[in-house]
Amino acid sequence: MIFLAKITISLKEGMLDPEAMAIRHALGNLGFATDELRTKKLFMVRFDAADAHDAEEKARGMCERLLANPVIHHYEIEVHR
Amino acid sequence: MRFAVIQFGGSNCDRDARYVISDICGVDCDLVWYKDGLSRPYDAVILPGGFSYGDYLRAGAIAARTPVMKDVIAHAQKGRLVLGICNGAQILAESGLVPGVFTINAYPKFICRSVYLRVETTNSPFTSLYRNGDIIRIPIAHKEGRFVAPEDLLCELNDAARIAFRFCDAAGNLTPDSNPNGAMEHITGVLNETRNVLAMMPHPERASEEILSSEDGKKVFLSMITHIEHAKGVTS
Repeated sequence: MIFLAKITISLKEGMLDPEAMAIRHALGNLGFATDELRTKKLFMVRFDAADAHDAEEKARGMCERLLANPVIHHYEIEVHR
Repeated sequence: MRFAVIQFGGSNCDRDARYVISDICGVDCDLVWYKDGLSRPYDAVILPGGFSYGDYLRAGAIAARTPVMKDVIAHAQKGRLVLGICNGAQILAESGLVPGVFTINAYPKFICRSVYLRVETTNSPFTSLYRNGDIIRIPIAHKEGRFVAPEDLLCELNDAARIAFRFCDAAGNLTPDSNPNGAMEHITGVLNETRNVLAMMPHPERASEEILSSEDGKKVFLSMITHIEHAKGVTS
């Protein structure tokens, strides 16, 4: 079965996000006052898996072995058929 | 004695590193294309600076998962030396050969300039020719070089004297202004547990000749060579 995994990688709570700070600053220059801005990375991955559980396991493997760095990131996975 | 400098697509300090090893230090050194793997035993492997895989995903993340890194890990497990410089340091952290991560600078832009470093330990094959507390001037050139590690790991690194270099000012003080990328505890050189792998963001190969305004980095390579000579002398 073909599944689509939506994988979101974000910085762990408390981690400095310099890109977000720069973007927020630039928004301020454009007149948009913001209280908070965070950046996340979204991966859409289509692949074959036996079932939803297998698809989630595979997506988790992708996160742990490449997509996320466990020192600074956490990840969320959503699997769809 | 023979060194290898591994070239990934996007490495750009590979020839500089080889030049210092072969022309300045007088030691044989091969440039090894990453797809060729380590086809013979080497005494030391250098992962050079550059932008492997265009820094896609995270700097060093993709190079760290190439097959040649299995050879580098096997090489390190035999107790042989591995030096990662800049992008090479990012690759070592991503591959788990050294702990922590080198991530985007606190002020998120590319910084290229000379900085001062304090030598934090001489108990390593990479720093033995320095003196503890030496202040040296070496260039940095990176956008993703801010060292980050969890609190318990920082304690462990401090307790085991596994921090090789910290950013400092000309007098050796750890002031906020002297920490160009916002690294935790000013750390910019980290050793693995067995001390035969060093990851450092500054470029010692760019400070190994007086004509380049500093030769403070040369002792990193000379320390490695001395260590290898000694090890060979002991075993033969």
